[in-house]
Amino acid sequence: MTSVTTELKWVGKSPIRPDGADKVTGRAKFGADLMLPGMLVGKVLRSPHAHAAIKSIDTTKAEALPGVKAVMTAADIEPMSSEWVPAGELQLNYRDLSNNIMASGKVLYDGHAVAAVAATSAAIADAALQLIVVDYEVLPHVIDVEEAMEPDAPILHDDMFTQGVTPTPDKPSNVFKEVDIAVGDVDAGFAKADLIIERSFKTAPVHQGYLEPHAAVASFAEDGQAELWCCTQGHFSVRAYCAKLLGMDISDLRVTASEIGGGFGGKTTVYLEPVALLLSRKSGRPVRAVMTREDVFRASGPTSGAATWVKVGVTKDGKIVAGQAVLKYQAGAFAGSPIQPGCMCAFAPYDIENVKVKGYDVVTNRPKVAAYRAPGAPISEHAVESVLDEISKKLGIDPLELRERNAAKEGTNAAYGPKFGVIGFADTLAAAKAHPHYSAPLGPNQGRGVASGFWFNIGGESCATLNVAEDGTLVLATGSPDIGGSRASMAIMAAETIGMDVADVRTIVADTASIGYTFLTGGSRVTFATGMAVIEASKQVTETLRERAAKIWDISVDAVVWEDGHAKPAGANAGEFEPLSLGEIAAQAGKTGGPISANVALNAEGAGPGFGTHICDVEVDRETGAVKVLRYTAVQDCGKAIHKAYVEGQIQGGAAQGIGWALNEEYIYNKEGRLDNAGFLDYRIPVASDLPMIDTVIVEVANPNHPYGVRGVGEVPIIPPMAAVANAIDSAIGIRMTELPMSPPKVLAALDNGS
Amino acid sequence: MAKIHVTTTINGEPTEFLCEPQQTLLDVLRDELRLTGSKEGCGTGDCGACSVILDGRLVCSCLALGAEAEGQEVETIEGMADGDNFHPLQQKFLEGAALQCGICTPGFLIAAKSLLERNPDPSETEVRYWLAGNLCRCTGYDKIIRAVLECAADMRGNQA
Repeated sequence: MTSVTTELKWVGKSPIRPDGADKVTGRAKFGADLMLPGMLVGKVLRSPHAHAAIKSIDTTKAEALPGVKAVMTAADIEPMSSEWVPAGELQLNYRDLSNNIMASGKVLYDGHAVAAVAATSAAIADAALQLIVVDYEVLPHVIDVEEAMEPDAPILHDDMFTQGVTPTPDKPSNVFKEVDIAVGDVDAGFAKADLIIERSFKTAPVHQGYLEPHAAVASFAEDGQAELWCCTQGHFSVRAYCAKLLGMDISDLRVTASEIGGGFGGKTTVYLEPVALLLSRKSGRPVRAVMTREDVFRASGPTSGAATWVKVGVTKDGKIVAGQAVLKYQAGAFAGSPIQPGCMCAFAPYDIENVKVKGYDVVTNRPKVAAYRAPGAPISEHAVESVLDEISKKLGIDPLELRERNAAKEGTNAAYGPKFGVIGFADTLAAAKAHPHYSAPLGPNQGRGVASGFWFNIGGESCATLNVAEDGTLVLATGSPDIGGSRASMAIMAAETIGMDVADVRTIVADTASIGYTFLTGGSRVTFATGMAVIEASKQVTETLRERAAKIWDISVDAVVWEDGHAKPAGANAGEFEPLSLGEIAAQAGKTGGPISANVALNAEGAGPGFGTHICDVEVDRETGAVKVLRYTAVQDCGKAIHKAYVEGQIQGGAAQGIGWALNEEYIYNKEGRLDNAGFLDYRIPVASDLPMIDTVIVEVANPNHPYGVRGVGEVPIIPPMAAVANAIDSAIGIRMTELPMSPPKVLAALDNGS
Repeated sequence: MAKIHVTTTINGEPTEFLCEPQQTLLDVLRDELRLTGSKEGCGTGDCGACSVILDGRLVCSCLALGAEAEGQEVETIEGMADGDNFHPLQQKFLEGAALQCGICTPGFLIAAKSLLERNPDPSETEVRYWLAGNLCRCTGYDKIIRAVLECAADMRGNQA
């Protein structure tokens, strides 16, 4: 029996999403939209210092203020031992997590939480925060990653001894660990090179910039059970982290993922969630805590800023013979930058015999970094893709042609370890070359750049529950928060597999008590991994439907086939029966064996790597240094686009974020180590008038490990833009920009120096 | 501090509320009237997620006081659909996948409606500049701009 037919009815189309109506009418409930009877307002007091010892915290006046129902500090959290657990594509340490949500002993960045209150109104909560007296001893701080690596730099953690070096150092350092990746012999490789280019770059830390600030509503019952409502990419992760921090049984905490107003990796950890729970436990009342935008900038995210150095050697016909990189990534106040994936991805798109990458994970007095779309990859690949552009210009080889000559393909041993299976990198290069954009004429002060990007994509643990309702419609529950239309892609895969109308599949995101453990939404895993659970559940349901039809007809189940959403006799020998629809079988479910339902729990393996190639045209204003993106085309191998419009949307959104990273976005710290631009006015994400339309080309080289060929989409598109824009600027004005963002003052200064 | 009594009209419905003198219109809508469709993305007028129409003008409700609604008409996202019928912009946003996470969508819809009421035939550039006060981090704006332009064309066609 086969239910996955070759002619696809829904996969690749763009039906209206199941949750669409709620999102265009204001009905959808996001993190801050829930109100419970008796709910208190939770607020957090944050450090004004980049680095200081907390000598004392006096909360007595705040506690005495009428209307204040609870005050908490780090003293209310059981001390955690240092323990690393997986968190998205990164790792997380419980002791650090605890110290990040509430500072213990020291504050490590401007905005670090030191205390929190719950009060009957926002005004009272604000007044209570003013009454908390914190006695700080200000310490020297360090913001820049390379300064933090200096031997005499202020040390953030006196128990941090660099890992990954032998012998283990006896002096504490801000370098948490060193990472080494090497294949072949780079010295021998460079010896064979006709041209070697090496260059240093700086990338700015950038915030994920989700429009919805973090929000949580917690309600603790007297018996120790609690409910939590929050905007998160992974409510099962929230449950695990909060239960650990509060010393609860995991099953005593029920977490509901609200609608989520963007995340991009930034909502894969916890900030307010455990604080709201602790305040609720202390006050005996529900507590809602919501970050201000200033809090979001000062105390959540971003991704690492970095200093990178790349050296690439090529023969005169453009074959890369050696690639070397040194990558220094800021982790923020606690260890755990995405240095590992950064190192692994740097040269991953290319078939290079000799590769050596050295990475450093460095703590600085900034907020702890969080995942951001393809964490780590955009930073290292920006450097490599910039150097490749320089090489193509020096050798006079078309930049796409240069990449084609070196592109990884099926069977290539990736420098980070595995051998690639079927991949579509070459297909993206060919599609870019063939796109009319690539040969369109350019005007004065205009230039074109291209760059490529690679991301692993991931699988992981997912659950799906499919319940057939009495009328033959379906309720499909998964544990994957829907951050960009995944309910629609889940419905499509179920409808396609069963052969029914997609409008008859109602997809929901179930809470942690209503479905099995599901790893978070991230790493471009949901359509792949949760999709596999959905497809498997759909297959099981069709199997059950066949059995029920066989029972109704009183024939063997082998004599029943499932086609186009109907049970039919397998052939003339099976007997003469009118096909039974899903609804007809569902209506008789009670008489044929009970409710029709499937539960699937799996750990999806075989994620298909994703590649993208972007083309960018810019115009540089020589008077102001302003760079305008005139035209942008993003080509990506998605394996298979399940919901075409949302796949395009992911690519367009990722590209836009990359353009912001390239041109505008940065954190501005003053001499005291305080963030000077903690708002959307001064931290400028791209607005509608900054961007052109973003053309997408979806390449579909199927992932053989997924029934429909899905690879995943969301991560890859943020990788190429920084280099694509830099390469375009270089084409326009003949100047290689090496520091992000390439904002007007920097471009103007480069023009002044260059002319 | 004594609360202020405000009499106003919200989405065509006569409404009264009490608010603190310093309470923003956004907080009144969300916390007092439970109209949570208007979102707070920044609280400083930079993101447009709280866009409403106050006395015929497109405003960030986080920058207006609740007390300013006295005697005025306020339109919010909750009043945009007509019974079971979506406003053409809402329909076009759905058909064109002009939203991903959806948190900015109410603000975009209110702002786009206000644009089309003033200018039924905007150019792409005019749409982009009118909506430059509404931030979206998911879509890269492409499908939003297309949805507004297509909706404008449809609405003009219907009137012709």
